[in-house]
Amino acid sequence: MGSRLGGIFWSLIFLAVPVLGVATFAIAPSYNIWLPKNVSEHGSSIDGLFYFILALTGVVFIATEGLLFWFIWKYDAAKAKGPATYIHGSHTLEVVWTIIPAATLLFLAIYQMNTWADVKMRRPAMAPTVEVVARQFEWRLRYPGRDGMLGTRDDLFLTNDLHLPVDEDILIQLKSMDVLHSFFLPNFRIKQDAVPGMKIPVWFKAKETGQFDIVCAELCGWGHYKMKGRVTIESRADFDRWLEETYARQEATQPAPEDTVAAAAD
Amino acid sequence: MSTATASTLSHGTATSLPPARKPRPVAEFLSTYVFSKDHKVIGLQFLFSTLLWFLIGGLLALAVRWQIAWPWSDVPVLGKLFAQQGGQMAPEFYTMLFTMHATVMIFLVIIPILAGAFGNFLIPLMIGADDMAFPTLNMLSYWFMWPAFLLFGASFFVEGGAASSGWTSYPPLSTNVNSAPGSGWGQTLWLLGLTMVGVSSMLGSVNYMTTIILMRAPGMTMFRLPMTIWAMFITAVLQAFALPVLTAAGFMQLTDRMIGTGFFTPEGNVVNNSLASTGGGQPLLWQHLFWFYSHPAVYIMILPAMGMVSDILTTFARKPLFGYRPMVYSIAGIAGLGFIVWGHHMFMSGMNPALGITFMVSTMMIALPSAVKTFNWLGTVWGGRIQFTTSMLFALSFVSMFIIGGLSGIFMAATPVDIFIHDTYFIVAHFHYVLFAGTAMGVWAAIYFWFPKMFGRTMNEFWGKVHFFLTFIFLNGTFFTMHILGAVGFPRRLADAYHYETFHHLQPLNAFMTYCAIGMVASQIIFAANFFWSMFFGPIAGRNPWNSNTLEWSAPSPPGHGNFDFQPVVYRGPYEYSVPGVEKGHLMQTDPPNALATAAAAAH
Ligand code: HEM
Ligand SMILES: [Cu+2]
Ligand SMILES: [Cu+2]
Repeated sequence: MGSRLGGIFWSLIFLAVPVLGVATFAIAPSYNIWLPKNVSEHGSSIDGLFYFILALTGVVFIATEGLLFWFIWKYDAAKAKGPATYIHGSHTLEVVWTIIPAATLLFLAIYQMNTWADVKMRRPAMAPTVEVVARQFEWRLRYPGRDGMLGTRDDLFLTNDLHLPVDEDILIQLKSMDVLHSFFLPNFRIKQDAVPGMKIPVWFKAKETGQFDIVCAELCGWGHYKMKGRVTIESRADFDRWLEETYARQEATQPAPEDTVAAAAD
Repeated sequence: MSTATASTLSHGTATSLPPARKPRPVAEFLSTYVFSKDHKVIGLQFLFSTLLWFLIGGLLALAVRWQIAWPWSDVPVLGKLFAQQGGQMAPEFYTMLFTMHATVMIFLVIIPILAGAFGNFLIPLMIGADDMAFPTLNMLSYWFMWPAFLLFGASFFVEGGAASSGWTSYPPLSTNVNSAPGSGWGQTLWLLGLTMVGVSSMLGSVNYMTTIILMRAPGMTMFRLPMTIWAMFITAVLQAFALPVLTAAGFMQLTDRMIGTGFFTPEGNVVNNSLASTGGGQPLLWQHLFWFYSHPAVYIMILPAMGMVSDILTTFARKPLFGYRPMVYSIAGIAGLGFIVWGHHMFMSGMNPALGITFMVSTMMIALPSAVKTFNWLGTVWGGRIQFTTSMLFALSFVSMFIIGGLSGIFMAATPVDIFIHDTYFIVAHFHYVLFAGTAMGVWAAIYFWFPKMFGRTMNEFWGKVHFFLTFIFLNGTFFTMHILGAVGFPRRLADAYHYETFHHLQPLNAFMTYCAIGMVASQIIFAANFFWSMFFGPIAGRNPWNSNTLEWSAPSPPGHGNFDFQPVVYRGPYEYSVPGVEKGHLMQTDPPNALATAAAAAH
């Protein structure tokens, strides 16, 4: 127990924490275990904030874990000479290590407000591009159709297959029919719970075309894991063409579902 | 050094009845070991019960991990136990597993092991009292856990299985019986079980507050209390103020389910094609009420461990606690701020985003007292003379791991970042670092530390260290990797996420984590063997095996009924280690002042 070897061994175990911790984060991106590609306009400021906090906490992590290792190494009873330092604290240190973190945290709090406001508070003044109604275990989509208004005859109904135009403000009206769900678009840094009884606006602007996942991120029952959708971002022209085609197909296969329109109308 | 002077009771009994009484074997056995009013016996009852549930919770976790690593493959052992389609897991079974894993760990392990086991065992001993203020209430607080054990236990076997809407139990999933199989009887029993845990906690906390305020030994001023007691005291206050809200909310959910009150059901709610009979409620109301309790509850789940770790660190660093008062104030600060941050669990819930900002600011600020505590622990170790006992290793790892959990909290407190990481494995990493790597490691530190006081014998150090080493390695293998999983956005509570393009490549990492989790649970066999072996065959400890300062170490090991064989009088604070000019190197709280001069003050 009192051997110096034990002290060395245990100090190194504690040194392994920051070393392997940093290594994990350093290596992960090369295995693609990292933030998925961001394709939304606001996403880059969220990622920027993530990296900023990562750097900040990273420094604190390395410093505190490093100190802990160093103290364990240096003040091993089997090694250090004489008795421990008889000290009950330091007023100066307390003040320093209260004020510095307090200022840092306060700065962080203020610094991020703008991004939050962009994503969740400054809603673009426009009619909804699409209404997303979550339901066990699918995403029901309703486009306003040619008249640009939800709840009319020419509404377009789909499930799980969301199409949106690139480089344009998009406003989604999010609802739920039954239980809580969460509309999660990993590549867009968008997440919003869908709550029965509430109409929640969600907005963003896509920067790139392509196909991406829609994930349900709030437990909604046994089929939660399979409540999957896809979002296709395409050019305005492609999007309009897709709308036309899908509308034509809807007209051909089923007459406008009157009861649904009535039930879903606001 | 420490000579076990008056320790004649060397066995696992924590009580000795006054010899005058006529022996009535059955009644005596019952009143000594079963319906005992002795705080030490009650503490041990809590300890054994919670450790048993710890095992159950651990096995549930392994079943969860199995499904995440190898979805839809046959579960070994457990699969057979529940006779699921030839060992393969159904998705609703998976939702039940993680719900009950968290429920068991939070309500049947961590909360009762901290307050129930250690609070009970330590409070009277550390303040120099002969027992709790209300011994009968104390006994009841343990026996109210049994209805909870039975209700939660029975819920596994009712139709539809146990509750499956998460430990957070969000309505309408939890209130509407049509929404999930586990939302039937399982959920009702869950709510009743939760109420029972609440009653138990409330009885305990009233008792702890009263005892700490009224029953301190002569000379034991508030600012001479060890950190363990400060933490237990503030935890009890938190419980007393927060718990009624949860209890009320639980009843509201019960009546929503049983008689259709509709507190949490909105108008026109259609679940599984059937229209709810009532409406006019608000699902978010539950979240506010639930987190108004459950955020303070996360501190209920760590403050006592922080207190105990502070005491253990000072003992084995042979150094006074760095910044005693700041440590006390920061606990109080955490507790106070803890009441105004609950909304950080609801940033994505649909709550007014402007309100989110206020919760964000308060949440950022609550990281401050946590940081102050960490710095003071570092200050305590600095300049010490560290003795690498098993208990010390666990205590040091508490500090090391709490740093990680505290720092990840800042990511999630930043609302824009939380948009991405909310309900992903990043959160799972965060709370396992504070609750497992923090609290559970702190509990092990405490068990190795106070075991001699509980049973009069010390645990085996070699196997203790093997236990520490394996647990430490495997826990980091399991939980650290969750951070990077969360960085991909990997969602929690999904039975199978690999069919998503974003997540399909993460199975190997998850398999690695599951291997580590299996190793982590398996390592506890070493702990269990050491624990039970040492209870009967460990080396006799004596009163003060660690040369510690607090009052419990001046009582016999284990202490008899009434705890002290002398009237303890307190002369100083609890952290007088390495005092210059004192030959034995430290001054116990009970050492009379003249010991300063006459260094060779006898045994204790
Ligand atoms: C430095 C201080 C801390 C900060 C800033 C912090 C912040 C947060 C935030 C913002 C969340 C919500 C994340 C989300 O759901 O998106 C969260 C979740 C959580 N925190 Fe902390 N936390 C801190 C310390 C702790 C401690 C000490 C504990 C427990 C002992 C704890 C336990 C939890 C738990 C259990 C959850 C998740 C609950 C759930 O959703 O199931 N946290 N924390
Ligand atoms: Cu879902
Ligand atoms: Cu919280």
